[in-house]
Formats: sequence, C-alpha cells, structure tokens
Amino acid sequence: MNFIAAPMYKLLDEFNTNPDLVVDYLSKLYDRIAKVEEKVKAFITLRPFNDVLNEVESLIRIRKSSRNSMALFGIAVAIKDNISTKGLRTTCASRILENYIPPYDATVIAKLKSEGAIIIGKTNMDEFAMGSTTETSAFFATRNPWDLTRSPGGSSGGSAAALAAGEATVALGSDTGGSIRNPAAFTAIFGLKPTYGLVSRYGLIAYASSLDQIGPMARNTDDLALLLNVIAGYDPKDSTSINIPLPNFYKAMYDTYYREPRLKIAIARELFEYSEDPVKNMSYKSVDVLCSYHECREISIPYAKHSVAAYYIISMAEAGSNLARYDGVRYGLKVNFDNRNWVEVYKEVRTRGFGYEVKKRIALGAYILSTGYWDMYYLKALRFRRMLKEEFNKIFKEFDAIVSPTMPILPPKLGELIADPIKMYYSDVNTVIANLIGAPAISIPIGFVNGLPVGLQVMVRHFNEVTALYISKFLEDKLKLRDLIALV
Amino acid sequence: MSSIPEVKIGLEIHVQLTSLKTKLFCPTPSNYRGEEPNTYVCPVCLGLPGTLPVVNKKAIEYAIALALALNCEINDKLVFVRKHYFYPDLPKNYQISQYDGPGFSSIARNGYVKIFVDGKSKIVRIRRINIEEDPGKIHYIGSIETSPYSLVDYNRSGIALLEIVTEPDIESPKEARAFLDKLIAILEYLGITDTSREGAFRVDANISVAGGSRVEIKNIGSIKEVEKALTYEIIRQKNIVGKGGEVKRETRHWDSSKGVTVPLRSKEFEEDYRYFPDPDLPPMIITKTFIESVAKSLPELPDSRIERFIKQYELDEYRATVLVLIKWLADFFEECAKLYNNYKKLADLLITDFLRWVKEFNLSPRELKVQSIHIVKLLQYLDKGVISIKMLKESLPRIVKEGIDIDKLVAEGYTKLDDEIVIEKIVREVMAENPKAVKDALENPKAVNYLVGMVMKKTRGRADPNKTVEIIKRLLDEIRKKS
Repeated sequence: MNFIAAPMYKLLDEFNTNPDLVVDYLSKLYDRIAKVEEKVKAFITLRPFNDVLNEVESLIRIRKSSRNSMALFGIAVAIKDNISTKGLRTTCASRILENYIPPYDATVIAKLKSEGAIIIGKTNMDEFAMGSTTETSAFFATRNPWDLTRSPGGSSGGSAAALAAGEATVALGSDTGGSIRNPAAFTAIFGLKPTYGLVSRYGLIAYASSLDQIGPMARNTDDLALLLNVIAGYDPKDSTSINIPLPNFYKAMYDTYYREPRLKIAIARELFEYSEDPVKNMSYKSVDVLCSYHECREISIPYAKHSVAAYYIISMAEAGSNLARYDGVRYGLKVNFDNRNWVEVYKEVRTRGFGYEVKKRIALGAYILSTGYWDMYYLKALRFRRMLKEEFNKIFKEFDAIVSPTMPILPPKLGELIADPIKMYYSDVNTVIANLIGAPAISIPIGFVNGLPVGLQVMVRHFNEVTALYISKFLEDKLKLRDLIALV
Repeated sequence: MSSIPEVKIGLEIHVQLTSLKTKLFCPTPSNYRGEEPNTYVCPVCLGLPGTLPVVNKKAIEYAIALALALNCEINDKLVFVRKHYFYPDLPKNYQISQYDGPGFSSIARNGYVKIFVDGKSKIVRIRRINIEEDPGKIHYIGSIETSPYSLVDYNRSGIALLEIVTEPDIESPKEARAFLDKLIAILEYLGITDTSREGAFRVDANISVAGGSRVEIKNIGSIKEVEKALTYEIIRQKNIVGKGGEVKRETRHWDSSKGVTVPLRSKEFEEDYRYFPDPDLPPMIITKTFIESVAKSLPELPDSRIERFIKQYELDEYRATVLVLIKWLADFFEECAKLYNNYKKLADLLITDFLRWVKEFNLSPRELKVQSIHIVKLLQYLDKGVISIKMLKESLPRIVKEGIDIDKLVAEGYTKLDDEIVIEKIVREVMAENPKAVKDALENPKAVNYLVGMVMKKTRGRADPNKTVEIIKRLLDEIRKKS
C-alpha cells in the first residue's frame, strides 16, 4: 500500500484490522518528509520521529486493549502553527512567539488527540495569518510543491503544501478571509471553511475573532468530511460556538451523494469577471460539468467588490485589539528589563517581535477604531457586512450554492504578490464574502493551467456543509482530481 | 469677599462581586486574597494566546439585582466592549468592560438612590452600572517613585467588578458619605459583595466648584477617606476660585497619610480607549422573565425596611435610617423588638452606647456574644427601677463584650440600693469624712448635691438618689436642731 498517497479512509480501514501498520506508515511518511521538506519548507516545527514513535506505541497498546475505535486512529495530521498545542511550540510564524510553548491544547487539538490522531508538526503560515502567500512568515517562505518558484498561497500555506507534497495525510488550517481556500486552490487540495461557530476557536490564536474559523484540509472529499466530523461541535469554552444538533457529515454527505438531488446553483458573474482569463476559463469548464446535471443560473452581485474593503477594515480593527497582548511580560519575546520602564520594554518587544505586515495592520486597526474615524470606517464596514448578509440570505433562499473561482489568479511567483499589497488584498475578493457573512465555503481542485492548480469555490447556506461536501464529491467523481501529490 | 461657590460631586464606585465563586470570564476561583501571587490564574485570565472569555451567568444575575435595587432601567441586550490601554497589570492590554454610548449600552441606566442627610431626604441619580473585569495588581518595592522594579500579581485579574456611576447630584462630603453608606448597605442586603474586604470597594470622585473645571480624585479606599478627600479638595478649589485663579481639569491622587490631594496627570484630552464590541462575546439577550425572576428573589432592601421600621415600630426617619443602614444592628433591633416594645428607647440604646461599645471593642458583628435577651432584660430592669440608668451604662460594656446575663449580676446584688438603713449608714460615713462639706450644706441647700455625689461614688451609683437626698436632708436637720 502506498502510505503516502493513500486516502485517510483507506488507511483507517487498514489500521483498524492491523494497528501495528501505523508504525510503518509513519516511518514511510517521515522518509517522505526527509526527502521533500528541504525544498517545500512546510513545517516550522516538526516533531522528532522518535517522539512520535513513542506516542504511537502507547496509542497502539490502548487501541488493542480497548474495543473503542478511534475516528482518526494513527493518522498523521499537520497543524497550522496558530493552533495551540500543549507542550509543542506554537509560533504564529512570528518572532514574538518564537519560543512560546502553550500550557494547554486548543479544543480541536484535544478532539484530534482523543480520536487517536498523531500531530506530527506545526506548519508555516503568514505571520499571525496576515497574508495570502505564506511569505510574511518571520522564518521562511513555503514553496508550492507544484512549482517551487511559486507560493502555495496563504495564510495556511504550510498545511496545504504539506498535503500536496505528501508530508501529511490531512491537515488543519484556519480561515479569516480565505486562508484555507486560497492555499487549497493553489495546491490542488480540498479545503473547507466551516460555518462561523461550527468549530471551536478556543486555542486558535486570534487574528480577527469575528471572522476566524478553523477548518479541515485534505486530498479528497471523504477525508475532509471525516476530519470535519471530529473537529465540529459546540464548545462551552467558546461563546461564539453554536449549540445545535449536528449530522455525521461523512454519512450525510454519502446519503446525499447516493440520492443525487439536483441543486440550484448560482454562478456569481462578477466573481468570475475579476479573475484572470486562464482561471476564468478553467472555472467555467467545471461549471459546465456541474450544470450538466444541476440547475444553474447566472446572478449578479455588483457590490461584491466592496467586500474586500469591509473585510480589511474589520479584520485590521480586530487584529489591532487581539495583538495588543503581546508585550513580552508573561510570555513571548524576552528583552532586557533592567533599568528600563515598561514603555521602553513594550516598544522594543513589539518593534523587534512583529514583522512589517503585522505592524501595518495593527497601526491601521488602531487608526480605524480611533475617535473621529471609527464611524467613518468601522461602523460603515459593519453596516456593509449586515447588508451583505441580508443580500446573501436572499440568494440562499433561491439557490443551494454559489460558485466562483476560489482565487482570481494562478499561484503567484514568490515575491510577486507581496510586492503589490493592493493586488494581494484584492486577490481575496472571492473568499472574504464567506467570512463576512459567516457561511461555509469549500475549495475544490478543478484542473491545472500550465501545471498550476486552479480551484473552484462553492459557498452554501449556514450549517449546510453537507451540500458543499456533496458538490465536492460530485465534481471529484467527474473530474477525477483527487489524492494528488506533486512530484517535487 | 467671594461668594460661596456651589459644589458638584459625582462618584464612580468599583465594587468587586466577592460572593461569586469564580472570576467573571473563566472558572478560576475568586478567593485569591492572602494567596501566593500568580497562583489563582488560568490561561484565560492570563490572556494567553488563543483563550476566550465565557461570561459567568451569576455575575449577570448579581448586576441585575443591584440595578433593580438602584431603581435602574435594565438593557435588554448585554454587550461587552474592549477598552484598550497598555498597562502591565492588564494581561490582554484591553479590559473587557461596557460602554454607554451610541451602538453600545451599559447593563443598566437611569436609576436613583434616596439618601437622608441633616433631617432631609434627597435623591442622587445613578447614571449607569457597568460590568467589567478587574486588572491584576502591581506591587512596588517601597513607593512607586523609588521602587527599582515592579512586580505583577494576576490573581485579581478577571475578578468581576461592577462600576456604579452617579450623576453630579452630590453637594457636600456629608452627602457623599450618606450616599456611600446607603450603597454599601444595599450591596450588603443583596449579599453580592463583602465591602469590608481589602480592595473590594474603591471610589473615584469627580468634583467641581462653581467657576472651576472638573477634577477627578482616583482610587480612594474607604468612605471616611472619601469624606476627607472631598473636604480637602473643596477648600483647595474654593481658594483658587476665590483668588481669581483657574481650577485646572486634571486627575489627582488622594494621599491619605498627608491628608492632601496631589496632581496625577493633567487631563487636557480624553484618552482614546478605542472601544469596540468584543467579538468573542456575542450580545446576550436579557429577557423580561429573567429580570422578573431576579426581582422575585430580591430580599427586603433598605428603603422598604426603613419605611417598615417607621410604620411598625413608630420610629422617626433618622432612627430608622441609622438602624437599617447597619444591617446586623437592624436585625438585632428586630430580635429585641419581639420581646420589648418601647422601640424608641431600644433604638436609642442600640444606635448610641451599644454600637459605640461594639466598635470600641472592635467586635465582629457576626461573632457577637451578646444576645437580644441580654439587652431586653437590661432595659426591663431599668424600667422596673431595679437598676439605674447609670448602672445600665456602667454594665453595658461588659455585657456587650462578654454577653453576660444581667440576671446573674442582679442576683449577685447588682441592684439599685434602696434600703434606707444601708443608705443612712453610708450617708453618715460620708458626712463624717467631709465635715467641711457638711458645714457648707448647712448654710447652702445647693451644696447638698456634693454630698449626694459622694454617696453615689461610694455606692458606685447604686444608691437610690431620691432616698439619698431625703436622708441627707433629715440628718442635716438633726444637726441644726442639736446646735
């Protein structure tokens, strides 16, 4: 069995009959990592193989002695480095947290562990998730496994690259304005931003609290659904998590898949128009595939482009607030305290600890919320957000899903996008809408242009992840683009 | 001569909800007092990356109870905001608080408190009540100026606070005191806080005199200090205005050891706290049903108890107010009143000598040895003439301190001395010892009082005064007849 490319659901079957296989699987995986990681640079912190092995051996004993099957038994998961892992360095790709070791597990991490998943390491990202290319990482840029001169996207670029390079079986990312879907599209994997409130944010190091959401990343729809099953659910530690009964997403996805209902799908014209031609053309091709069975209609969302402005205003305001806590007093970057007052210490910690993009967003966030400007920017953005929600509620009354290209561009050359901030911010145009309205959205691989991946985004109603998974499964079936691993 | 300027005082009071078992936004226990620094903490109240606040529902219940007791309008939506400022005692460098402004709201607004000063009732309006988290505490080695470094203790970080803000309706330090006494009583009746605990009750005062700007005095620790600080500040400001000077708008600090206020920082512009709704805490709906259920569970509050005391015990407003505002004393009064129905006499004893001795001996009202029956019997013996008022006052300290049964004292002979033979014997002794006083008394009837006083001294006040006077007069007459 090819452990590297095998889908998770198959591995789970194998491990269920023979738990000891997990050791072989992990050693093959670590071989693969040793081979490709130097080129891809997906991980900030990779756990030593021996540590993982020790953990696995005791896990196998537990598995053998108890009848309890674990939903992710033995599966190697890569975790974005803004999700707190007890005892395992969590840096947010920032100097300010370079040596920060959380004393607690994020709720999603606790869930993964109790289901037998193996956390192999923490993946690279844009610093504090602020960026679209994984280049604002304070440590290094991650490369796109499909073309090492290009970016894997961001900010969950490390998790996406790890999957595309065969360094992990599934991964977790976080998505504030597209940070799961963007790198998923650029690396030919599947990525889902769940409904806001479906997955606990407890332990996710906040960028913009009202937009952040943890989500699954995988190389096929089944694995995505299985991973979502584990991480979703109400958490009393997160006041924004929603307490409603949830389906078994995997089962519900298959139920729908076998029934094969015809859906009403909206083609968002403007979101195609913003895109480069190769992306647009490839996207329309996959739309044709969808429309051969489902009922499609083009719709217009003329104000959609303002989403980018609203998104950046809200996210920067919240970021400035969320990042105020990094002062080097209790944790994080340590500087010399002797004979200096706390203002001097704070200044040095924050000057040295934060990178340029983060400083820019903190400064703009403070400006946006300051007296005299806050109604002009912040309140206006909130009003737009409310309006957007209402408009999309109307669309969702008529349609089951809204499709668009995930990214308006192909994976950019390293350094290309980061040099042009306006272009970089506008590359989020299609993805930020789902965060602003809180709805789930998925990115599905639909093809390659000159060897560069293209993804299609499907937005669905709140808590209708099953519909998104069904469409993903439908396209996966027709396009046969799944379990893809770049040669590197 | 300058005219007397009008004084306007508004108070901002921070009250810790010490009755809560846990902090405001995390399950960390709240009984941190006296514990090792930084041991009553968790990832949430340390503001570690990725942690999230969850509201303590009981704190909301307490806030609503206070809002009802202060006659406030309660907002139907509970919105928390972040108030940003960098300070080492604030782990997130923002405080989760509330803000009363467009788009936001405090939990409660527009209430009032009735106070009673110099024989008159008066209304002090409440502007708002906010719920917020307490910061940690900074310790200095020696004073803030000389300390080579500062230490931060986060045990207090995240403790639930209510901030109560009045309108500037208070016009004198005395009124401020009456208001604070009333507020503390209300808090005590509600059982939501023990204001006697260190740091559980902190006051900021805004004060201005006519013709001057508003000056804020920060962090005054007790009611007595508030009264002193305000008195000082009024004189200071009036002096400036009287000399034609300008009172600067500033924040001052009350130095209780020197008894003066000193400038802290000048307040030329409002600090920009960049308030915005905390995205980690979605607005909570406060339903009418919830408010009603809190209202139903409210205990009898000071105002209605004062009214009841006036009606039921026919006390005047002054006595009723003094009693009721000291809850344990009012409770004690009611216990006594079940057995003794000269309520006015009872009230007078309790609010004067009784209370004085409790304070003098520094007794904890919860651990008093004296019982209602002791006081009732004392008054009954007085009424029956078994003991004198002087004896009552003399025995009261021991009874208050040790809870001695007055029956025991009376059985041991501690009664008023009315045996004429005994009194006559003592009178003769006194007259023999004071020939000069006897001579004076023979000439001047008013000088008899001296002899009476000497008899009282000898009997420690037990001799019946009327009988004593009678006997002295008779003996003096006998001397006159002989001569």
